[in-house]
Amino acid sequence: MTALAAIALLTLAAAAIALALRDLIHSALLLIASWVGIAAFYLWAGAEFVAFAQVLIYVGAISMVVLFAVLLTRPPTGPATREPSGRAVPGFLAGGAVLGLLAGAVLSSPLPAGTGAAPAFGVRELGLKLLGPHAGALLATAALLTVALLGAVVLAAARGKEDAS
Amino acid sequence: MSPLQACLLFSSALFSLGLIAVLVRSNAILVLLGVELMLNAANLNFIAFWRYGPAPAEGHGVVFVVFALAVAAAEAAVGLALVIALHRHQRNVRLGEARRLRG
Amino acid sequence: MNPPAADPLAAGLLERLPLLARDALTGALPEPWRWWANSLLAILAIIFVFSSLFALLTLTERKVLARVQNRPGPNRAGLPLTRFRLGGLGQPLADGIKMLTKEDIVPRGADPVLHFLAPVVLLALSLLTFAVIPYGRLLVPVELEAGVLYFFAAGAATELALFMAGWASRNKYSLLAAMRALAQLISYELPLLLAVVPVVLLAGSLSTTGIVAAQAGWDLGFVPRWFILTPWGLASFLIFLTAALAESNRSPFDLPEAESELIAGHLTEYSGFKYALFFMAEYLGMTALAGLGVTLFLGGWRAPLPFLDFVPSYAWFGLKLLALLFVFIWIRATFPRLRIDQLTRLAWKFLVPLALLNLGTAALWALTAGWSPALQPLRWLGAAALVAGPFVLLGRGLTAGLRPRTYRFA
Repeated sequence: MTALAAIALLTLAAAAIALALRDLIHSALLLIASWVGIAAFYLWAGAEFVAFAQVLIYVGAISMVVLFAVLLTRPPTGPATREPSGRAVPGFLAGGAVLGLLAGAVLSSPLPAGTGAAPAFGVRELGLKLLGPHAGALLATAALLTVALLGAVVLAAARGKEDAS
Repeated sequence: MSPLQACLLFSSALFSLGLIAVLVRSNAILVLLGVELMLNAANLNFIAFWRYGPAPAEGHGVVFVVFALAVAAAEAAVGLALVIALHRHQRNVRLGEARRLRG
Repeated sequence: MNPPAADPLAAGLLERLPLLARDALTGALPEPWRWWANSLLAILAIIFVFSSLFALLTLTERKVLARVQNRPGPNRAGLPLTRFRLGGLGQPLADGIKMLTKEDIVPRGADPVLHFLAPVVLLALSLLTFAVIPYGRLLVPVELEAGVLYFFAAGAATELALFMAGWASRNKYSLLAAMRALAQLISYELPLLLAVVPVVLLAGSLSTTGIVAAQAGWDLGFVPRWFILTPWGLASFLIFLTAALAESNRSPFDLPEAESELIAGHLTEYSGFKYALFFMAEYLGMTALAGLGVTLFLGGWRAPLPFLDFVPSYAWFGLKLLALLFVFIWIRATFPRLRIDQLTRLAWKFLVPLALLNLGTAALWALTAGWSPALQPLRWLGAAALVAGPFVLLGRGLTAGLRPRTYRFA
């Protein structure tokens, strides 16, 4: 539990600071820290494969795409623009309300107490599950990833004169 | 408080943080990162319920998270490509000014 | 497919020597403390061995490059305060002292926190990758079921450190180099992973010990069953080697720090000890990738011939590692640097398709494992044709319009 509390606090702190910062590069780097914290949670829960996949995908791939996007869309000069303050209060109210609702539901509902031991579900079992009962879903995911890759290239690529300005 | 409840509280807090970012920030990239955080909170729940659920040997939660990770990668790629396209059209990435499709 | 039960008593005395030394140090401690002490000792051993290997590697690289270019290389620094030169063996020590005593300059516009964090993060992450490599029959620091995945997860984060270094320096050359580095590392991550997948497929395991165990045994009584000695394994190894060179920013893929065009790229604004950390991380990353290559393709710690089994396994691992590192240096001395467009074209149009085809070949190899001995030559020929054919055709297709450049007035 102590480990869980430490992981949760660090992850939440990193995420909160990241989303409040003005400097987008710092936000992205801090968010990467919170993604690593989530991977640490997976490791704590005994899901080794998922933890390493999380690091590989989020820290290795998504973070790179985010940093590229930040650098490609940075305003050329001048200070960062202020957030429109009109949305802050309702936004925090809505977020706080959701948090209260979820926390109340979690604390008041009868949940399975769970076993203390980590379940025996290793890489081999995961592989058998993925390529056995879930083979169709795996193929669909592969198709989705291919389409997403091509779609991203088409969307991001500059086309002709329209974008020359 | 049981460990499962602690995990669920953790993921609820993470989800709310993502939600606040989506609602408050106006930069498209930060909004996308907020959505990404909400997705991660959902994954946390899957792992928590797998760990403390009735049938951990079945591994449904882990399988679900593996697929969710793949979809998250696709989402991030397409989302950030959209942000770059948005930047090309209006020279900034503030969502409030992306009103070209508004009637 | 599970690794054979490692029975410490069955192995020879030399084989058990590191474990005996460890137990002599920590054997007196009570149980929970002993585990911590053993882990700490393993970490210290890795740091010590690979830091000294790094020091010697820098000297070896300079010496080998010098010999290739027909000059003596560093030969002055020897034993400090004496007249013994030892052929320049004291050079790493002199370099270290120089780096430590140099002024540490942080540019005024730089982001001081990120500027400091970048080399630290890079070094820490490249040290993390050493945890899963099996150095010997009994020398595996951490046994992970998903060891290969762990290696790449820890290695993937090095790109981040390069970006931090480039961005924090607030220098256009640094940032440009960081973007180049990102483009290069992302491009070559793909063939690197795709070259590893066939090995995982054939070994049926993601753990590094399981992969070494799958390469046990001898064909015809003396040919080791290493993965490099199969058609798909050779192709995978060559793709892995190329991608590993690019991942560790080595020449001919050292574009991120191309000193002639980018004034050393992301390293421009680094000096003194931080520069030394970058340097060290680069060599450690190269060593780790070479170690992974040895584990995946060259049989890990296994002896090359049956009667050589009496030599302790960690000696074989060390020898193979040094041989592979020498190949890295040799390549650096031989090939000129690629242009950025050539670099990305090589990755996306050549290595990735070949790696994908090779995955198919490996799958076919796994399917035909049960063929009778009479059909085995056919299996070998078929697989070899599937590997060599696309290589020749794709290579021809990509170089179709290219001729050696002719200089009419030069």
